[in-house]
Amino acid sequence: MFDHTIPELSALLRDRKVSSEELSRLYLARIARLDGALNAFITVDAEKAIAQARAADARIARGEAGPLTGIPIAHKDLFCAKGWKTTCGSRMLADWVAPYDAHVVEQLDRAGAVLLGKTNMDEFAMGSSNENSHFGPVKNPWDPARVPGGSSGGSAAAVAARLVPAATGTDTGGSIRQPASLTGTCGIRPTYGAVSRYGMVAFASSLDQGGAFGKSAEDLALMMNAMAGFDGRDSTSVERQKEDYARDLGKPLSGLRVGLPKEYFTADLAPDVASCVTAAIDELRRLGAATVEVSLPNQALAVPVYYVIAPAEASSNLSRFDGVRYGHRAASYTDLADMYRKSRAEGFGAEVQRRILVGTYVLSHGYYDAYYLQAQKVRRLIARDFAEAFRSCDVIAGPVCPSVAFPIGEKASDPVQMYLEDLYTIPVNLAGLPGLSVPCGLGAHGLPVGLQVIGNYFDEARMLQVAHQYQLATDWHRKAPPGYGA
Amino acid sequence: MDWEIVIGLETHAQLSTASKIFSGASTAFGAAPNTQACAVDIALPGVLPVLNRGAVERAIRFGLAVGATIAPRSVFARKNYFYPDLPKGYQISQYELPIVSGGTLAIVVDGEEKRVRLTRAHLEEDAGKSLHEDFHGMSGIDLNRAGTPLLEIVSEPDMRSAREAVAYAKALHSLVRWIGICDGNMQEGSFRCDANVSVRPKGSEKLGTRCEIKNLNSFRFLEKAIEFEARRQMHLIEDGGTVRQETRLWDPQKGETRSMRSKEDAQDYRYFPDPDLLPVEIAPSWIVAVRESLPELPSAMRERFVGDYGLAPVDATTLTASKSLATYFEEVVKAAGGEPKACANWVLGELSALLNRLEVEADSSPVRPASLAGLVKRVLDGTVTGKAAKEVFEAIAAGEGEADAIIEKRGLRQISDSGAIEALVDQVLAANPKLVDDYRAGKEKAFNALVGQVMKASQGKANPAQANAILKGKLG
Repeated sequence: MFDHTIPELSALLRDRKVSSEELSRLYLARIARLDGALNAFITVDAEKAIAQARAADARIARGEAGPLTGIPIAHKDLFCAKGWKTTCGSRMLADWVAPYDAHVVEQLDRAGAVLLGKTNMDEFAMGSSNENSHFGPVKNPWDPARVPGGSSGGSAAAVAARLVPAATGTDTGGSIRQPASLTGTCGIRPTYGAVSRYGMVAFASSLDQGGAFGKSAEDLALMMNAMAGFDGRDSTSVERQKEDYARDLGKPLSGLRVGLPKEYFTADLAPDVASCVTAAIDELRRLGAATVEVSLPNQALAVPVYYVIAPAEASSNLSRFDGVRYGHRAASYTDLADMYRKSRAEGFGAEVQRRILVGTYVLSHGYYDAYYLQAQKVRRLIARDFAEAFRSCDVIAGPVCPSVAFPIGEKASDPVQMYLEDLYTIPVNLAGLPGLSVPCGLGAHGLPVGLQVIGNYFDEARMLQVAHQYQLATDWHRKAPPGYGA
Repeated sequence: MDWEIVIGLETHAQLSTASKIFSGASTAFGAAPNTQACAVDIALPGVLPVLNRGAVERAIRFGLAVGATIAPRSVFARKNYFYPDLPKGYQISQYELPIVSGGTLAIVVDGEEKRVRLTRAHLEEDAGKSLHEDFHGMSGIDLNRAGTPLLEIVSEPDMRSAREAVAYAKALHSLVRWIGICDGNMQEGSFRCDANVSVRPKGSEKLGTRCEIKNLNSFRFLEKAIEFEARRQMHLIEDGGTVRQETRLWDPQKGETRSMRSKEDAQDYRYFPDPDLLPVEIAPSWIVAVRESLPELPSAMRERFVGDYGLAPVDATTLTASKSLATYFEEVVKAAGGEPKACANWVLGELSALLNRLEVEADSSPVRPASLAGLVKRVLDGTVTGKAAKEVFEAIAAGEGEADAIIEKRGLRQISDSGAIEALVDQVLAANPKLVDDYRAGKEKAFNALVGQVMKASQGKANPAQANAILKGKLG
């Protein structure tokens, strides 16, 4: 049961083999039994979940069920959900209960999905290992001594450990794809503007995009069908026709041109990861795709550019956490400045503070042109590289991460090493493109490796087609972490 | 030393939209604290701004009204600073690419017309309010005003006296109401001015160091504060000191400006384009539609008054300084059946003096346009002399009725009977032999004195032209 994908569970629900309430209780019990060791959830609310499950069962009984009706899910704790604590993994919001639903939460609620809980994450989505959470690190189900990746590490670990069939995440620099890769799950980051950011607490507004985790490309397509779509409350939401992301899943890959960026296959890539990714690309060729070499010449600049733009936006976005209206306020202070200083110093963790400082610095008078403006220029070059590459290919394929999951604590004291973890994912965010990660093998220590598929703007359906066709031919996505299969 | 004062104004006009610039909350004034602040206004985690097109439309109206350039693409930027009544920790404003650039505004001071150039006008949101009383050592925060749309209108340093600055502020105040983008209520803070003031030796090209004066919520304070500040700077320099660039606060109780913060303590606002908002794209068709929806603008009306009515440009500018005065004038002309010059003289003369005295706008004048027109007609057809007409005007203002009735009741009808005037002339000549001798000895002034005596003897009712002619004939 716990190994089932969404369509498989959906069929069971429709055929009354199981009710949503029973399914939800099974998952809640599994969370209660296993999450103590993983720490994937910050909040689980059985009462709310069961109420939603019963409503879903009634809807199924009325014959009004959609593909997600009655399916248990989890939200990354960055999405506001009315009546739920929404902590963002931070002491700053440790007790903050959201009074409204994010667009994504609303959409999945409308689809009939059952919210079991809110997942752990790097504080305010800043991190690549989930070690930056006020609620403690998340453990990788494949090896509890290792990180699950981040920042959506809780969602990734929860899906990998079969604690929930699917979960939402957000991806600002790789925060969905990297943990998906490190936990052997599937994760999609949609085109910037495809999923409304309303109610998704902002880290770096021009890069943030909500997405999903599941066990298959089809799971992702179904999640996307519910989550994506225009929302007038987000000015950067793109107004376009609703689409069916599953429409092309069944189409064969013959004639598809897969671009392989030469900059993605260098010495930076661990040999075990390289061989898994290369094997996956060979599989795509067997399925009828043609590969072409493409170049992303400004690739090497992506990480430094990202670490100017993202902190700059974060430094401003996080200014609202001042202890005045909500969130953490220091117990005692001498004056206004002291209240700000203490509340923020106590409320924010080290990495968040580091990025606020960096962001404040690069926006400062006299540095703005040299850093922020220059970074924006390079960002345009990076986007142009992709546009150029997509002239000769339909999708781009490559690694998600330079290596398999690393031990907890290994990179915690070296931020630059940590930042380089996102070397292959960050360029996609800078360009605003969609990208996904699907499991494509087991590398060193028997740990999962992900294949990244990058699409052109709003070409998610084609990316999902590639992933689905690959999954029809392989079963890497079916592999559960040792001890978690069921 | 002879000094020249240089003044530029920054004006915040609150735009008259029903909802806020980036949220759906109401902008109505006076609600209980924090009852008009929605999730966006209080900056809850996860909320996003959505631009109110009504605010953009009003900015376009303003740009068109002052002959400015409307940017086809303008950008919202974040101005970052911490303050308890600034919920997001930044104000959304426009920085490098404002929506409106350039334009001019005509003012008249002492009969001299002048065009003040505008630098720019940009859209931004207002902050909330901090309340420092009634909270026992704490401050209260009211976020009802947070997110209210403002148009910040920045002038060039083109004004050279406090009176010019006031004329500019009044012209701007009138214009924003004329085009319906701001209610102009200064008590409620809908129209606020900050003044940049510097002084320099007359003839010098180089601008002096400026101080910005804040908290000027009336035209009177604006004038007094500028006068005080200019004097302060002159004395400072004359005593061998130098002016420090700083922000100063006007203290209406003490009638002085005092230092608030120096340029050195000025914050680094770390402006950058707001990634939550797309650039504002304004298509030419939108500008055309807004232009078509505008009422006749003061500048166009001024041209019409000069071209069609033959008014002096300076009079036309003064008449179009406010919509209520211009409308009043047009109604007088209509009721009088033409004669725009005579009507203009009355509106700019007696009527304006009356309005100033009563401190009211033309639309609440105690003398209605039709009543004034009735009087103008009687002046033009010779029923009353100019002098008597002023008395009639005051009587109308005092509520005694219409011109004709007052003329009859008070017996102010002009004497045009030549026999009656001749008798008065004879009386005057007999009573003033010295003046007659003086006149005959070549003193022209004596003639005027004699005319004056005839008018006086007639209690101002003699037709002055006839009295003149008869007197001239008698004196040979």
